[in-house]
Amino acid sequence: MTIMKTLLGATAITAFSALAASAEPGLIIDLGGKFDKSFNESAYNGAQRWMEETGKSYRETELQSEAQREQSMRRMAESGANPVIVLGFANASTLEKVAPDYPEVNFTIVDMVVDQPNVQSVVFKEHEGSFLVGVLAAMASDSGTVSFVGGMDVPLISKFACGYAQGVKAFNPEANVIVNMTGTTPTAWNDPVKGAELTRAQISQGSDVVYAAAGGTGIGVLQAAADEAILSIGVDSNQNYLHPGFVLTSMVKRVDNAVYEAFAAGEDGSFEPGIKVMGLDNNGVGWALDENNAPLITESMKATVEQTRAKIIGGEIAVHDYTTDGTCPAY
Amino acid sequence: MDTMPRWADIALIPLINLALALLVSALVIAAIGENPAEAMGVMIRGAVGSAYGWGYTLYYATNFIFTGLAVAVAFHARLFNIGGEGQAALGGLGVALVCLMVPWPHWSLALPAAVIGGALFGAAWAAIPAWLQAKRGSHIVITTIMFNFIASALLVYLLVNVLKVPGSMAPETARFPEGARLPSAYDWGAWMGFGRSAPLNVAFFVALACCVLVWVLIWKTRLGYEIRAFGQSEPAAKYAGIRPVRIIMITMLVSGALAGLMAVNAVQGEAERLVIDSVQGAGFVGIAVALMGRSHPVGVLLAALLFGALYQGGAELEFEMPAISREMIVVIQALVILFTGALDNMVRGPVEGFFRRLRRGAA
Repeated sequence: MTIMKTLLGATAITAFSALAASAEPGLIIDLGGKFDKSFNESAYNGAQRWMEETGKSYRETELQSEAQREQSMRRMAESGANPVIVLGFANASTLEKVAPDYPEVNFTIVDMVVDQPNVQSVVFKEHEGSFLVGVLAAMASDSGTVSFVGGMDVPLISKFACGYAQGVKAFNPEANVIVNMTGTTPTAWNDPVKGAELTRAQISQGSDVVYAAAGGTGIGVLQAAADEAILSIGVDSNQNYLHPGFVLTSMVKRVDNAVYEAFAAGEDGSFEPGIKVMGLDNNGVGWALDENNAPLITESMKATVEQTRAKIIGGEIAVHDYTTDGTCPAY
Repeated sequence: MDTMPRWADIALIPLINLALALLVSALVIAAIGENPAEAMGVMIRGAVGSAYGWGYTLYYATNFIFTGLAVAVAFHARLFNIGGEGQAALGGLGVALVCLMVPWPHWSLALPAAVIGGALFGAAWAAIPAWLQAKRGSHIVITTIMFNFIASALLVYLLVNVLKVPGSMAPETARFPEGARLPSAYDWGAWMGFGRSAPLNVAFFVALACCVLVWVLIWKTRLGYEIRAFGQSEPAAKYAGIRPVRIIMITMLVSGALAGLMAVNAVQGEAERLVIDSVQGAGFVGIAVALMGRSHPVGVLLAALLFGALYQGGAELEFEMPAISREMIVVIQALVILFTGALDNMVRGPVEGFFRRLRRGAA
């Protein structure tokens, strides 16, 4: 046993010296894959942008299952990465357990609030961004029926759906909004086949604009919409380029900015624990306009949506947040 | 009969198999343009090179001891229980219910209760396939693997609709109360260098106790004798007055209970709450562990340690060498299973021949 003890002691020392040597930031990519063209990819792009601009490196690992969260988080913290960024609400309970064990490491969690002295919680006003694309959907729709495909059936996704429905109804109170969720488990974030199925079902009910807030599942939604020649709305990353001419716009959620800013803050020591809200006013959410969807957006659409945006920022339009009371006035 | 010494059978052949598996893995790693020696070094250092590594290696090994013993016990009666995955998942449910329903004052009371809960639920999940095999002759391989899928669907349903914390978005139970949390290696083994991160917990000692109990059961009791006799030849066992229905039922219940006990380690010890997919394939790894360990508790223990090291080393490799993806790790683990389990006879023939020639030379 004494040999074991010396051996372990020696390795513990090497482990600590490694800890002191490197202070790269770390990013844990969540379930659904790094290149989901949506939520995770946005975070990855933020990290890449930081790397290109500073010329420094960061540590990255990708989750493969629910039960791995704790090991990945601890491994990242033990390896000396600081700050450590975790993506998605599913990490909250694990982070609550892990963060107190590493008081010297700063953690950032996206999409959920964790109340610990060394955790920064970044939350987005998805309902505001969704309201804007809802207005666009209502203006682009001929049938008066639009739809929404969510990923996992959780309050966060209902927040998207509710903001979208409010936006649609604000422009056309008579409009019909169909809302479907892909599933109730995390696999719902990566099920493009089911996403396409839901989209076809919605089209058969008359929908001619579909908004996907479903991570990797959204790829199937956008594909089905393009196949059936109706319009779709992407989410999180700018997905306009996926099917030019069929993607009306994308509700961009700047997870990349959240990651970039957390990396930068870790670098210059300005990391602040607490809640950070990213909305329309600080470009945390918004709608995407580029050469791929420019032909689809008329001048009046652009003017209306910009006007709406200003009104939301100014407080003239209050968009109801589903997660505050679990109800939605629009459906 | 004895063509080669016993040590060669239980130690040399598994080692040769392992070496072959690692050799092929090295070729695969070289083929994707990485340095195999470096990768192997990362794996070994990651698994056993630090207290952190040991903490995880022994934690994974604990899981594999339980599922390996489960498969091994069933093997003795020539029953192929590949339902360890589902039985362990249900064991998780049992452990979670025990931990959440009762306000435990201290872990020393919660542990025995959780052991009973996990074992009961695991055994119950094995009971139906066992009954179908004993009474109807439905093949146990088919029924147990089907029950894995039912278990997975059942747990998803329960976690999403029944056990989820109201208002929470993640499909998982609440964290177990303080009194139901098992002491981790940090609490009793800090002097060995274990940090707070070590998932290793007292369930490891439960696993070691199970090794001893299984050894006693199989080789030192009347029931164990009956199980082995039944496994060797059913007609002979029947002739000797052994009732097949009884043996099949008891063996599978013990097997299911052992698999269910895995949850004491993974659910109560590490996660401290029930999440989706808490078993993470340990039920299937248990098959390889039992095969490699020759269905003997000591062999199972050693094989579980090896697979624990492979799992932890693999996780480390994926973390340290991003070019080697998670899928590559699975390939390496699969190669070890293939060589130690399925291709066992490929090595056995030549080794036996070698010893025969050696003996002829000596004589």
